Amino acid sequence: MSTETQSQSHDHGMSDAGYIKIALILAAITALEVSTYYVDFGPLFMPSLMIMMVVKFVMVVSYFMHLKFDSKIFSFLFYTGLGLALFVYIVALATFKFFIA
Amino acid sequence: MAETATHTDHAADHGHHSSTGLSNNKLAMWLFLGSECLLFGGLISTYMLYRGRVQDGPHPSQIYDIPFTSVSSFVLLMSSLTMVLAVTSAQRDDDARTNLWLTITALLGATFVGGQVYEFTTFYREGLGFTTSLFSSSFYSLTGFHGVHVSVGVIMLLSTMGIIKRNKITGNKSEVVELVGLYWHFVDIVWIVIFTLIYLIPS
Repeated sequence: MSTETQSQSHDHGMSDAGYIKIALILAAITALEVSTYYVDFGPLFMPSLMIMMVVKFVMVVSYFMHLKFDSKIFSFLFYTGLGLALFVYIVALATFKFFIA
Repeated sequence: MAETATHTDHAADHGHHSSTGLSNNKLAMWLFLGSECLLFGGLISTYMLYRGRVQDGPHPSQIYDIPFTSVSSFVLLMSSLTMVLAVTSAQRDDDARTNLWLTITALLGATFVGGQVYEFTTFYREGLGFTTSLFSSSFYSLTGFHGVHVSVGVIMLLSTMGIIKRNKITGNKSEVVELVGLYWHFVDIVWIVIFTLIYLIPS
């Protein structure tokens, strides 16, 4: 089996080179996240950090965990748990006036 | 009869499949990971509420070592890459490369856990015990729980390597590696959230 064939995607997902590209993008985003600790981003500080966190999260779940290529039932199971957690704990934090403080 | 036997062998080779045509093992793992979101959601919310509650001992901004934690985060992130490479190797039936990538993933995971032990020890020496403040209790609970998950992941990786080497996997080998991979990536995504919300956003 040739190296080229070996690096092709299999049942689902991407080639090894594709995964390395995703990892490089994730590393670059992490570097950008860390830079916010040293460089003053002003009012963009919080939104930019949250956006970068969500982008990294979705990239790992979609590509490394294959959710983008797998059955929608898996996505439903995972995102239902995640959505429920977000809803419950945002309500809990709001009850304690976390967002007002 | 022969056809039935072939069908049974095929099902065994690809794990037990449900009426949806999907693997029961994968369904169970995704359901488990969905429920884990609730566990870590609770721990993260508790930390967010209590991070400013410091009557005694150091404040978060006084003890966090961002460069050190950034390196740890990078190590865990790269372990996700090595894990996915282990999964693709398993799908190619390349046992040697699967074990190589699993070994590297386990080493990276162990490095992360070692870094966390070092961080905890440093914090303790600086006066941040588990019961020093509400901040310290919630911080150690959250990051400690995550550390335990990574440690369990390392044990799962080592066990998987062991059963592959001894050829003891009865079902679909690549699915077993994929299931361990799903758990491993999950601890990575939890750390992505923890790193941003706990370390990078000041209290």
